[in-house]
Amino acid sequence: MTKAEAALQQPDRFRSGSRRKDSFLTFVWKHRPLYIMLIPCLVYFLAFRYVPLLGSVIAFKDYNIFEGFLQSEWVGLKWFEQLFTYPQFYRLMKNTLIISAYSIVFAFPAPIILACLLNELRLMAFKRTVQTVIYLPHFLSWTIVYGLSYMMFSTQSGMFNQFLQELGGKAVNLLQAPEYFRSLVVGAGIWKEMGWSTIIFLAGLAGISPSLYEAAKIDGAGRWKQFLYITMPGLLPTITILLLLKIGNVMDVGFEQIYVFLSPITFSVGDVLDTYSYRQGIISGQFSLTTAIGLFKSFIGFALLVFANRVSRSTTGESLY
Amino acid sequence: MSTAAAKNASPRTRIRQSAGETIFDYLNVTLLILISLTAMLPILHVVAGAFSQTEALVKHQVWVWPVGFTLENIRYVAETPAFWSAGWMTVKVVVIGTAVNMVLTILSSYPLSKSYLRGRRVILLGIIFTIIFQAPLIPMYLVVKSFGLLNTMWAIIIPGAISAFNMMLCITFFRSVPEDLFDAARVDGMSEYAIVWRIVVPLSKPIIVTLLLFYAVGHWNNYMGPLLYINDRSMQTLQLYIYFLIAKGNSNDIAGAAAAESAIKLLPEALEMATIVLATAPIVLLYPFLQKHFIKGATLGSVKE
Repeated sequence: MTKAEAALQQPDRFRSGSRRKDSFLTFVWKHRPLYIMLIPCLVYFLAFRYVPLLGSVIAFKDYNIFEGFLQSEWVGLKWFEQLFTYPQFYRLMKNTLIISAYSIVFAFPAPIILACLLNELRLMAFKRTVQTVIYLPHFLSWTIVYGLSYMMFSTQSGMFNQFLQELGGKAVNLLQAPEYFRSLVVGAGIWKEMGWSTIIFLAGLAGISPSLYEAAKIDGAGRWKQFLYITMPGLLPTITILLLLKIGNVMDVGFEQIYVFLSPITFSVGDVLDTYSYRQGIISGQFSLTTAIGLFKSFIGFALLVFANRVSRSTTGESLY
Repeated sequence: MSTAAAKNASPRTRIRQSAGETIFDYLNVTLLILISLTAMLPILHVVAGAFSQTEALVKHQVWVWPVGFTLENIRYVAETPAFWSAGWMTVKVVVIGTAVNMVLTILSSYPLSKSYLRGRRVILLGIIFTIIFQAPLIPMYLVVKSFGLLNTMWAIIIPGAISAFNMMLCITFFRSVPEDLFDAARVDGMSEYAIVWRIVVPLSKPIIVTLLLFYAVGHWNNYMGPLLYINDRSMQTLQLYIYFLIAKGNSNDIAGAAAAESAIKLLPEALEMATIVLATAPIVLLYPFLQKHFIKGATLGSVKE
């Protein structure tokens, strides 16, 4: 037996998990390199994840910059009461929920449909070309997407309005009109992410066993029947999980996406909890009030996630946890 | 294996398709061509505009092909110091930020991938907790401020130093490396740090390339971070520069200044288009080479059977 083999015969030297004699501290000392590697990570999560989370107590305090997190005076639920009696708050909630609903109804199914269409293609070269093209917008930032929208829809030079006018129509100021704001923002989101989001569904489709399709064909199922009875059920677990996550994030409509399109003219339809928190909190210094908004948002999101998960588990059997 | 490939694999046994199915095939191809065109149209229009002459732009002659090809717009943007200072800031954030992300993610994923590590469950639960419960905007801002990071590059880098989600991907990947390999290295006298650097990293290239790309693109496209933490105009990143240029209408001032100081006739839109083209060029040029890694990465986290 060589020396190395002998050493391998005693895995306990390295893996003392099986030998329960070591106390926790002895274990840590033995494996100190591993714990040293973890230090930066632990410091990071404590300082930049837990401290801000604990800092949310300022929603229950009258936060004062000079006194800080700890010294500021407790005011109980004052900010929450102010929030719920505040006329603006209903507008914010309404905008948040409507934009969220738009994105669940329109933006969520879009990549599923697209993935199914791609999946029906027989020309592999064409499929790959389409995929390459539709993934690209995902890599553009929201500021660039706004720039592109501006070039397409502005009244002076926008390509869309040029086109409308050539057809004899009147230019429409899509970027500044409150009635189009939500459609524009959600539409831009679909343009940017629809292609990229197909990847996960295509992976789901690739996981369906080809023998199922063969059996269906022998039984005389056409492509539509195959889609209905094999493709859809096969894709359902992926769809359910993603929908659950989406429902848990109903209150997060995407700050970057909305803020870049927002202007005072469109506040009435586009100002959401996040953009309002940014303006009132960071620009106007209303720290406690906007933290209360943030906490309220997290609470609703969490409650929705738990609720949706329960509904899903009892109806489809799929759940997140 | 996709169904289409399965169908192609056995053309002889393929059951003849109905007329309806043929019509569907044609409609499907047409629809997908239309969707692809929609995806490309705004990009092509902006590229065309950036290389077109001012007169053509004023007369609205530019659609998806440059009219009166010129480099004048691009040249003007390329000579704007503010553009380059924002670009330089972005490059610094991308390079340093991604390096910080990678080192921290790998360092912390390695110990956490070991099932025998004591305290592992508690730490993992603590990290997953932060995915579900995220601190509101303001406390986060106040913490960054209290560390004295405002108006520094670190305010953009440090608050997102580790993505818990990416870390989970990394841990899952590391767990597939057999522990015996590490034991053998230890027998040969290698330290844990050397093992990470000389065994784990070389064996985990797919996940490392993927995370590298995700982190780098994230930094490149980030505008919320700079918007929150950078007030000093000389420290702004490219995305913030573009935000102020287009959404806040700075381009009118710049074009006005250009007209005042020289004989250049510059349209604000042309300036914006040229800026977009220059700021997006690096990603679009790299895209074909990186695409396959991105796709691998996007499916790494998906449910596996």
